[in-house]
Amino acid sequence: MATVSSSHQSHEMGLHSEQLTDRTQQVFFNAEESANFTYAWLPEVDINKSADVDAADMDVKDVNIQIRELMEQGVGTINLHNPGSMHGLCVGILSRLQLNIHGSLGYFGCGLIDGPNVNISGRVGWSCAENMMAGTVVIEKNAGSTFGAAIRGGDLVCKGSVGSRTGIDQKGGTIIVGGKTGAFSGFMMQRGRMVILGDAGMNLGDSMYDGTIYVGGDIEGLGVDAVPAEMTELDIQWLTAKLALYGMKTPNGVENMQKIVAGKQLWNYDNLEPTEKKLVL
Amino acid sequence: MCGIAGLIHKAGSANIGSEMTAMLQALKHRGPDSTGFALYGSPGGDHIMRINLAEQADTLDSFDIHALIKQRHAGVDARLQEMGAKVNAQENATEYSLRYEVSYGGDLKRLIDYLEDIEGVEVMSCGHGLELIKDLGDAGVVSEQYKLNGFGGSHAIGHTRMATESDVDIRSAHPYWAYPFNDVSVVHNGQLTNYWTSRRELERQGNRFNSNCDSELIAVYIANRINKGDTLEEAMTRSIEELDGVFTYLVATSEALGMAKDVMAAKPMVLFESDDFIAMASEEVAIRSIFPHEIDTFDPYEGEVRVWQR
Repeated sequence: MATVSSSHQSHEMGLHSEQLTDRTQQVFFNAEESANFTYAWLPEVDINKSADVDAADMDVKDVNIQIRELMEQGVGTINLHNPGSMHGLCVGILSRLQLNIHGSLGYFGCGLIDGPNVNISGRVGWSCAENMMAGTVVIEKNAGSTFGAAIRGGDLVCKGSVGSRTGIDQKGGTIIVGGKTGAFSGFMMQRGRMVILGDAGMNLGDSMYDGTIYVGGDIEGLGVDAVPAEMTELDIQWLTAKLALYGMKTPNGVENMQKIVAGKQLWNYDNLEPTEKKLVL
Repeated sequence: MCGIAGLIHKAGSANIGSEMTAMLQALKHRGPDSTGFALYGSPGGDHIMRINLAEQADTLDSFDIHALIKQRHAGVDARLQEMGAKVNAQENATEYSLRYEVSYGGDLKRLIDYLEDIEGVEVMSCGHGLELIKDLGDAGVVSEQYKLNGFGGSHAIGHTRMATESDVDIRSAHPYWAYPFNDVSVVHNGQLTNYWTSRRELERQGNRFNSNCDSELIAVYIANRINKGDTLEEAMTRSIEELDGVFTYLVATSEALGMAKDVMAAKPMVLFESDDFIAMASEEVAIRSIFPHEIDTFDPYEGEVRVWQR
């Protein structure tokens, strides 16, 4: 465990004067914890082994259990039919899996996942992929509010428009929206990148600590602490590559997107997130 | 939490009783306390009045309530006759719930006030097409109780209630009729934080409230604005600025259905729109209950007001 020095950058910034001791937010992991970033108990799956699940006459718990059981049998590709906009479908999948959902999900679909690649042909309700750690979720149609709330990693892509508070409390990863996003998107954003190809509603990036938001259309208004920043060559390269992955583009070109970042630095906000650490390792 | 739903067939009519029952039953988990329907049938020349004579709970634990209900019923009949309203049809949906079809050419507000002057009597709705039904229990129970599954009409709104701000009773259930205006009803999901100040202001202007439920304020507010000359859309747009809190609400009139969402967009709403039919609900699963096949839906945005005309 690292020792907190008696003087700190935050003192220089004038944010506080107290002396921190022992374990604080300054230390929340160390290199030896790397083993904790995998799930040793999870089954190995074969992506070439596939199965179909028809959710038409099943409840949400049974569908989620069946997905888990198929993975325990080594199935690596699952086609889910007739999801019927049920809430809480396909949650807690913690390893590699190709999941193709033919239809729409209700609230909290694909939450708490860490690794699967999910394609959804329909729409998703509120809080899709909440707390996602890794993997990809691609939605062909629209999404509800609090899309990608508190995600820490992976790519979350909606090719249509989304509701308000997109990426609230985002802690990492990438959120891409093909259309418009509503008010308070990026609210309390802490890490990661958000790419909005259409318009953004009022109070974009309100109270954001860190992270970057790119907007291709108009911004109705910036929130507290959110400020415009200059697009760099690195931004353009990253956006071009990332959007190409999902066959998406912005009408005016990525070089003309607006870039929004946090306008102030928090004194205790200088450590990597666990998922970022995972990538480093 | 509460769940709200609405639908409108822009031309023609359909079995809206069954459709709204299915939608509200799909939203049962959002509010198990009571369920309400505002159904718009084919408008005729008569006024349709839905009148409540007692709370459901009173019929279970009060000794003399059955005699009181009979007295109240007789009082309603007598006052309708006294005011010159001709009763063309009358049904008892339950012991305490009446449905009248009346011909009346006089001052409707005065008639309703006179009926409600009988202790325990509440006129839940009045209009040429609107029928407002609400009671304790889920949509299946209420629909069965009031025989709504064959109800034909053009549009409807409905509500499943989780009581948070007021009692579990019929009076506090939604929808609310925008007294004294024919055929205007409201359902709401959310909380109004300036309820008391707005209520006092509206009461000072002569409006009456029947409950302590904040959702009733929206119905009264809309009625008050329409009375001052606003169109439905103007009244709803103004409400976004003047009503404080988090809310999504639906309003129906004889010819229109509208939705409004507060500026924080904190309460959900999912919309499906086609050329001749529009459906909306707190959750897509309600729309799916009448559209089992794949459809395109979307969320309206913060501060948005939409009105669909028939």
